[in-house]
Amino acid sequence: MDLLVILSDAGRGAFGPVAAIYALAAVGLNIHFGYTGLLNFGQVGFLLVGAYGVAVTVSVFGGPLWLGVLVGIAASVVLALLLGLPTLRLRSDYLAIATIAAGEVLRIVFNAGFAAPVTGGVFGLQQFANAFYALNPIPRGSYGIGAWAFSQRDLWVMLVGWGGVAVATLGVFLLARSPWGRVLRSVREDEDAARSLGKNVYGYKMQSLVLGGVIGAFAGMLLAVDAQAVAPNTFNPEVTFNMYALLILGGAGTVLGPVLGSVIFWFLLTFADSALRQAQGAGYLPEVVSAADVGALRFALVGLLLMLLLVYRPQGILGDAQQMRLEAGAGGIPGGKRRRRGRVREEAAR
Amino acid sequence: MTASALAGVPTEPGSAKPDPLLVVDGVRRDFGGMRAVDVEHLEIQRGVVTGLIGPNGAGKTTLFNLLTGFDRPTAGRWRFDGHDVTGLPAHRLARRGMVRTFQLTRVLARLTVVENMKLAATGQRGERLLNALLRPLWGAQEAEIEQRADALLERFRLDTRRDEYAGYLSGGQRKLLEMARALMVDPALVLLDEPMAGVNPALRQDLLGHIDGLREGGRTVLFVEHDMDVVMEISDWVVCMAQGRVIAEGPPASIMGNVDVIDAYLGTRHDEPGFREGQ
Repeated sequence: MDLLVILSDAGRGAFGPVAAIYALAAVGLNIHFGYTGLLNFGQVGFLLVGAYGVAVTVSVFGGPLWLGVLVGIAASVVLALLLGLPTLRLRSDYLAIATIAAGEVLRIVFNAGFAAPVTGGVFGLQQFANAFYALNPIPRGSYGIGAWAFSQRDLWVMLVGWGGVAVATLGVFLLARSPWGRVLRSVREDEDAARSLGKNVYGYKMQSLVLGGVIGAFAGMLLAVDAQAVAPNTFNPEVTFNMYALLILGGAGTVLGPVLGSVIFWFLLTFADSALRQAQGAGYLPEVVSAADVGALRFALVGLLLMLLLVYRPQGILGDAQQMRLEAGAGGIPGGKRRRRGRVREEAAR
Repeated sequence: MTASALAGVPTEPGSAKPDPLLVVDGVRRDFGGMRAVDVEHLEIQRGVVTGLIGPNGAGKTTLFNLLTGFDRPTAGRWRFDGHDVTGLPAHRLARRGMVRTFQLTRVLARLTVVENMKLAATGQRGERLLNALLRPLWGAQEAEIEQRADALLERFRLDTRRDEYAGYLSGGQRKLLEMARALMVDPALVLLDEPMAGVNPALRQDLLGHIDGLREGGRTVLFVEHDMDVVMEISDWVVCMAQGRVIAEGPPASIMGNVDVIDAYLGTRHDEPGFREGQ
């Protein structure tokens, strides 16, 4: 087993294009779930329409890349409106049901034979991002230290991806401390109270859904461009659940939570993957674990780690413990104060 | 306009007031076969405190929900400040100056006390998505709102807890915060749903003082309350509902001895303890 290889693999996972894509999509999900309290279980659907917006425009209709980006944005806005119009006036569970269903319906329809002339069916579409790579200003070569290195191609995707994450995060930072963000948080806390104070709750929920959805669509475009290919089965429901996992890990409702969460999540996942593969190759693992099982086993390991983290730090890494106690339904005195008062009482008893 | 304006008003259900702020006409709400609210005519005088009483299930809170846009009536219309506001959504009614509180307090737990206050200010430029990104567009207004919020927090003696999460306030402080927050909207009419429920005697005096202060500030108050001492002490006018209808109204003293009111509380509902103080 070579620890250096494992660490460099994990480092590549933590900062590679996929981590950036997940971070970006999770920033959108954070607007929905963390700030507005919208239960969107179909964020992957927004990634799908973003990815296919680019792919279909370029490889089927021969349009330019920028048009594909616009199509992807427009499609995600339409999807958000379609999901929001009927459900946002209802209780939050209805949005959850509608979004998880919509994500699956999109995946199945894009898979279907009748849609194949446009979507490429189960095989999807390829080679539509050449214009993106033609813009790459980075000279050919390998960049990094030792085994921890990226090609100029990866680096270009990472640059754009993490750049997008930075812009989106800055946007969230500005919005979260504005009166607009305050209204979103009030909707998360109590819709009726917000309504009684003159806030158009429905309108704000819609704005939140569209904004987070468009950010998700950008993540989808990046995913498509990174792979130079799209296929419907990339967009499984588990993509959304992984995003929830990393968002809660980093701290939902915090500005940097989704970014930090994504980096740590992908570090752990690739670390576990690499370590298990090395261990298997060196014969450290019992024989019942075959090479094919490693893929499943790493998720079990990461799941265990996430559970431990949530037991000991339920608010996530960047979350606020005081807020968490309120979410769990505890009222009264903040934790720190309670302890202090206890101490005062002890002193008084003495 | 003060309480003395009500001197010549007849003490009968649906009586006309000299300067009504809110006029309700034929408002009905059916839940299946049950008629929860059936108010033929009701006028609420501007600038006074009107108490709304009645046994449990009389339809007081349902009427509140209807008037404030939180529920839709089966039939009927109502006018606020001369304009027909029937069927307007809750947030539009609030912006027009009709703000309610809730029977069970609804503080925004994971917002700080001062954020709760600032949220309630109306016409905020920074509440538009694109403006929100640019602080210079709303910074000055925000500072002004914060000043107003701090002044109110001081008046309601919540200033020491300004930066704590509202979820950590005690039950009584939540009542205070809700009332102070409603004032941030700068309403003409404040509808208080059981402001004294679950409040200790000392705080009750505080809250009474604040309701008095609302009247002094020229605001109109309509409140639902079960505690008869409170109703008698603070109201200029009392409306009594039973089984969805307005069965009596008049100055507090006249309501005490009203046969219909006593019947409503005792005659048909022997298990209703709410009126014991009035006997």
